[in-house]
Amino acid sequence: MGSVTSPAPLEIERTESAEESFAVPEPDVPWVTIVHNDPVNLMSYVTYVFQTYFGYSKDKATKLMLDVHHKGRAVVSSGTREEMERDVQAMHGYGLWATLQQDRK
Amino acid sequence: MPGHFEPLPGGGAAVALDEVEISIIRSLAVQLMELIGPGPAEDAPADPLAELFSDGPSEPPADPVLRRLFPDAYCDPEGSASPEQAEEQRAYSAEFRRYTENDLRAGKRENALAVIRSLDALTAAGEGVAVLKLSPEESRQWLGALNDLRLAIGARLQIDDEDDTEVLYRLPDDDARKPMVMAYLWLGGLQETLVATLMP
Repeated sequence: MGSVTSPAPLEIERTESAEESFAVPEPDVPWVTIVHNDPVNLMSYVTYVFQTYFGYSKDKATKLMLDVHHKGRAVVSSGTREEMERDVQAMHGYGLWATLQQDRK
Repeated sequence: MPGHFEPLPGGGAAVALDEVEISIIRSLAVQLMELIGPGPAEDAPADPLAELFSDGPSEPPADPVLRRLFPDAYCDPEGSASPEQAEEQRAYSAEFRRYTENDLRAGKRENALAVIRSLDALTAAGEGVAVLKLSPEESRQWLGALNDLRLAIGARLQIDDEDDTEVLYRLPDDDARKPMVMAYLWLGGLQETLVATLMP
C-alpha cells in the first residue's frame, strides 16, 4: 500500500505551493494609466489629448503634461483594470506612449 | 498663412499648400497607410465575418515605426520588473494586442485616408497654391495623422530623446537625413498650429 499512500501527500504539497506562488492581485488596489515622455509628441498636443479624452481642465492637463515632460512619466487616470485598458488603448490611438499597471503605492 | 493652420469662423481650420507640399503630405500618408496595412491576422480569411471576429497579433511588430505606434500596454520602461513580472507583463501585453491592435490599425488608416481624400479633392479644384479647408471632424483626423507621421519619421530618424533632436537640427546640408528632418519640422509646425485651432 506504500505506493498508494505516497503520492497523496505529494499532491497536497504541490497544491499548497501552487497557491503560494500564484499571486492574486488585490481586487481593491486600483490600476493606473501612465503616460511616458517621448521627444516627438508636441507639448501642446499632449495637453490637448488630456483635455479632450479625459475632460481635464486646461490647468490639470497642462500640469500632467509638464510632469510627463520633466519627470518622464505621469499617472493620468486610475480605476479598474478594464477601464485602464480602455484608456491605454485610447492613448495609443492618439499616439501617446502609455502603459497600465496596478498602483503599488 | 503658408505652413500653418488658422481657425475658420464657425469651426474647422484652413491652410494654404502649394503643389509640392501637397504631394509630400500625400506621399507620406500613402506610405504610412501601406506600412500600417491590414495587420497580420487579417491576411488569411476570405470570409469577411471571420475577419471581423479574428484576433489581432500577439507579438510586438518587428518594424520600429510600428512598434512605436503600437507599443506594449504592460511594461516597465525603467526595467525594475523581476523576471517573473516581466514574463507576466509580456503575456498581458500579448493579450491586449490581440484585442486592440486591429482596431488601432484601422483608426490610424482611416485618419491617413482622410488626409489623402481631402488632398485629392484639393488638387482637382485648384492650381499652384490652394487653400485646404477642414471641418472640425477632418481637423481631428488630420491632427491624428500628422502625429502618426511625425512618430513614424521620428522612429526612422531614431529620435529617442531630446538630445537626438538637437543633433538633427544642426545637420549639415549634405547629410542624407536632412530632407527627412525638414519634413519632420515642417509637419511639426502644421500640427502645432492645427492643435491650436482645436484647443477646447
